[in-house]
Formats: sequence, C-alpha cells, structure tokens
Amino acid sequence: MTMLERTPPPAEQPLLDVKDLEQRYTLPRESMFKPAAQVHALNGVTAQVMAGRSLGVVGESGSGKSTFARLVMALERPSSGSVSLMGRDLNRLPADELRRARRDFQMVFQDPYGSLDPRQTIARIVAEPLTALGRMDRATLRERVSGVLRQVGLRDADMDKFPHEFSGGQRQRIAIARALITQPKLIVADEPVSALDVSVQAQVLNLMQDLQDQFGLSYILISHDLAVVDYLCDEIAVMYLGRIVEQGSPEDLFAHCAHPYTRALLEAVPRARAGGVRRRGAQRIASQSTGATGCAYASRCPLADQHCRETAPPLRNVGRAHLAACHHAEAVMALPSVAAAG
Amino acid sequence: MSDTANAPLIEVRDLGVRLNTSRGPAQAVRGVSFSLRRGETLGLVGESGCGKSVTALALMGLLPESAVVSGSIRLDGHELVGLSDANYCKLRGNRISMIFQEPMTALNPMHTIGRQVAEPLRRHTNCSAADARREAIALLDRVGLPDAAKRVDAYPHQFSGGQRQRITIAMALACQPDVLIADEPTTALDVTIQGQILDLIADLVAERGMSMILISHDLGVIAENVQRMMVMYGGIVVESGATNTVFTRMGHPYTQGLFRARPRLGARKGTRLQTIAGTVPELADLPSGCTFADRCGIVEDRCRVALPAVVDVGARHGVRCIRTDVSMAETVGAVEHDHA
Repeated sequence: MTMLERTPPPAEQPLLDVKDLEQRYTLPRESMFKPAAQVHALNGVTAQVMAGRSLGVVGESGSGKSTFARLVMALERPSSGSVSLMGRDLNRLPADELRRARRDFQMVFQDPYGSLDPRQTIARIVAEPLTALGRMDRATLRERVSGVLRQVGLRDADMDKFPHEFSGGQRQRIAIARALITQPKLIVADEPVSALDVSVQAQVLNLMQDLQDQFGLSYILISHDLAVVDYLCDEIAVMYLGRIVEQGSPEDLFAHCAHPYTRALLEAVPRARAGGVRRRGAQRIASQSTGATGCAYASRCPLADQHCRETAPPLRNVGRAHLAACHHAEAVMALPSVAAAG
Repeated sequence: MSDTANAPLIEVRDLGVRLNTSRGPAQAVRGVSFSLRRGETLGLVGESGCGKSVTALALMGLLPESAVVSGSIRLDGHELVGLSDANYCKLRGNRISMIFQEPMTALNPMHTIGRQVAEPLRRHTNCSAADARREAIALLDRVGLPDAAKRVDAYPHQFSGGQRQRITIAMALACQPDVLIADEPTTALDVTIQGQILDLIADLVAERGMSMILISHDLGVIAENVQRMMVMYGGIVVESGATNTVFTRMGHPYTQGLFRARPRLGARKGTRLQTIAGTVPELADLPSGCTFADRCGIVEDRCRVALPAVVDVGARHGVRCIRTDVSMAETVGAVEHDHA
C-alpha cells in the first residue's frame, strides 16, 4: 500500500495530515519607508503519514525541513495551513488540550549534548514528558523510566547518573527514551544521528528500526543524509526552498528520480569504494534568491528553459504515488540511474 | 628546487602526543609515521577521539603547551618538533596552512574578509597594504567567491556557509603554502556544496603543487579525494595504504566495521546495519595491546598482550592486526555493487 496518495483520499484516516502548510518569518526592517521583508520558510507543504509508516524529509540547509518539524510538533503556529494528528487540528486545540495531546507526538533533537539538561539525572530527564502531563507517584514513574531505558538498551543503574557520564550514542538513546515514555504514535526526529560517530550511528538507526517494529511507531525523520532516510523510511519528501519538489518511495526516488534537484543530491553523495578520485565537474554556484515567478530551482538547474523561469511547475504525479514538481520530470527519469553513472 | 622534487616535503616519524586530560595524562597519538612529496595527498580517517585532529594540530604546532610531543616532523628536512613558538609562527599560514571544520568560528566576525585573507600576506611577506588587498581580491576570486572585488569589505556573517569555507580556503592559500591540512573541511556544509569545496581544494592542490592532508570521518570523502589513506583508532594508525588498495580489500577489523556500519543508498529495506559493538573509548580507557581489542569481533587473548606490529599485506598496504589471516579471508570492500 502507499502511504501517500492525494486523490482519491485514502479510506484509512492518516495519523498525521499536513495541508498547505505555509510559514513566513518577518525579517528586521531595513528601511523606514519600506515594509519589512519576509522569508518564506515553508511554501504550501502537504503530506500525510499513516500509522506505523515513516516519512523522511531531505534537503539542504534553508530548505525548510526543520521549520516543517517545528510546525508538526506545534512548537510554532503556521502562517496558514493545518496540521492534524489523528483527526485533530493541533493549532485549533485549546492550550490545555494541546498539552495533553502532546503525549502522542514527541521529538528527538540533533544534538545529544545540547538537548539534555546537564544538571538533571537521567531519571528526571526521561520522566519529564510524563510529569508534564500530570502528577504521578514516584514509584510508578521510576518503573516507567526503568522500562523505557531497557527498551533503548540502557540499564536501571543509569537512572541516577548525569548526562556527562554518557557517550554521544548513549545520550541519543536517552533522548529517544524520553520521547518514548509517553507511548507516542509519532516521533519527529531532526537529524538524530548526524552528530554521532559512524559506528554509533548504525546502533541508533537499528534501535529506531526495532522500536518501530515493536510499537508500530511512525517517524518523521529529518536528515540531510539520503542513505539514512533510505534506511528508515517508507516515503521520502525532497524539499527545496520551502517546497516539496519530489516525493515517493525510496526505490522510486533513488532509481528513477524525477527532479533535477534530487538527482543533484544523489550525485553529490561521495561513494566509499575503490575507483579513485572522482571529479564532480563544474557546478554552478547556488543562488538562494527566489524569483517571484517560475521554478525556484531554475537558477541551478541544467535543464531550465524559458518555460521553467516563467511558470512554477506544480507537484504532479509522475508515477504511482510518485510526485515531482518539474516540467521536465519525464526527461529526468529517462536519464541513466545516478548510481550506475557514478 | 629541482633536486628536492623527489625528496619528501614533509616527513613524520614515530609521532607521539601525550595530552593532559581531566582524567590524567593520556597518549592521544602513538607511532604515527608518513611522508608526503609535493603534490601528494593523504587522507586521515577515523571517529572522534581517534587522534586524527591531534595529529594535524601537532603538525601545525598548535597543541596546548602541556602537550608532550615525541618523534620527528620534518618539513623540507627541517625538524619542527621542539621548534620555538616564534619560529613556528613564521611557518604557520606561510608554509603550512590549515582549513578548519567550522568556517564561522575560524573567521573573526569583527574583521572584514579582505583583512582576514590579507593578514597572512601582511604578516609573512613585506607587501604593502594595497598590494595585500589586491592579492586578497585575486584569491577570493580564485576560490569562486562571486563579486570578490565588491564583497572584500563585507563581514563573515554576510556570507553563506559554503562561501565562508571558500574564504577560509583563500586565507589558508594566501602565502602559497607547501602543505595544506584540511580538517573536516566540508562536515558543516550541505552535500551539494561539499562537492564544490572538495573540487576546489583538489584543483588548488594540483595547480600549486601542494601536499595535502585531508581529515574526515567520511569514508566516501576519503575514497574520492586522496591518493593514500590512514585509518586511525585510539591514537594509532590501524591501516594504511593507497586509497584504491585499501578500498579494494580492507584488512583491519575496524576499517571493515566502519565500512559495513554505514547506511547505504539503495540497500534493501529491512536489512539491519552491521554495527561495531560498544562505543569509541576515551583515551584514558584504551585497552592494553591492540586499541580495538574491546570492540573487535575476532579478538583473541594474544591481541591484548602487546600492540600488534604493522603487517604488510602487499602493495605497501599496512595493517596493524595479528589476525589478518582471519580478517582478510573474506573480502570486505571491493568495488561496491550496492547501488540500485
């Protein structure tokens, strides 16, 4: 089954339903006489996640992937659009209901050093989401903490230690335990392994996979690393300057990518193999300025023509549950596979 | 100059670094040896705490005063270990330069980029302020900064991450150094920008006949950008050789583990990643004998007795392991066929 289909709407209700999400930030005024400039961090993002499935979001810095994560977590209110979890629009819930609803969606952050309070014990850190939901007696709380620590591969004895006594990988396990303790349906993980060493990365990714198998969790995994989202996700959305430019299963995306930007990302991944020095050839220097009309990627795109610069391509079906926002999607898909070419 | 073309430009013999850590003195680097001729490139790969950055800082003479350096580092035949700070200052940024991981912290936010790129020129050559500025503009132009002449008076915060890294490269190259050390130069950058920066560094190394030492945790970056490589773990070099040779047939269980642990594009969904058990040890907690013994899948009692010697497994491919007969029985590496 596919997790993401726009029309007709899936019979089953999605766990998470994000519609036309937009977020604009106002920059400081530069002139008394002009209105303050705005940054369009998110430009109409629509996505759905079914229970037990995972969505990976990839893109460069500034593509809006972290803004997307913050809006899904209801840490900010969107400029427009909606985020619904199990049919409830998070931005319309009264504050106390939203607070209770938070047990269903939790977050794991990138930096396992910055995201754990150094002055609190592991027991307190991990129990905090539960205590925030309401009072609970100490014995039950410790029992829940010990249970969840064991699930992530830590021991009871670790409860009364402090974060500095743990390595980066162990800290990320603690952060995952903290997210798991409320038994959420959805975990949003923003670059959960990018601060970890390669050998430890694999342990944390395996753990996330096991937890998903065990509890039927859904993940939204934000990452710049295509291989990491490929490993963990059923569906991948590629973002560029606040828009989803391509979306589909990892197989579709990596074997038959339909957007030149996805192709550029794939081509850029260094390959660990014998074969010697690989030159990537001249790439034009990225310009981040957004034209008011036309495709946002046109300035970097080798296939861009007049049509691209004048008309923004809509996100359209290029295959079964495979969407791309490119006028030349068919031409891109006809190119030889990147992996074979590299 | 002509007779030195074949002599090593930089020669490191049995380099050791002892650092004072919060848990007492620790041997951060042991027995590192290599030599580089003009135009040659060497990659150092390993995880945090393996000693790759400490090795780089030792070459740059930038270790803390309490660090004890042993062995020998020779640049064009001149010994650098024990060199006075004043003399090191004459070399740094002049004959040996370094590009750092974080372009934002490597640049001074209070000074214009033109001033920062010109600083090594003003310091090491007796060129006038106007000449240094002209040269800075030329350098910024060479590293691909758009509108260099107009933007030379801008401040670091006005540039993107990739542009900032281009600026630090211009700084490192200002005095046409012989040796360039790039310590994780693209780790803070997006993958598409990473390619541009690595290409730029490769072009400049070839163009100016520099020797380069590239430090990275990413096996892919090493595979594509250097001729020879050294894998470090726990302060020692566990495997070294020509990049192609090592990637065709990896010899050390640690190198093999690193290679297998990477998530790979197009790998079948549902397959588990093969992990290396345990975590990277602190320097103070290194086991006796082989530093990798505690995490190794094929460890034996004799591995813990003494640090294994380097075994040459052919084609100057050195592996510091006494069980290469087992570790190399099954080929790990080879040309990867895992892509879709």
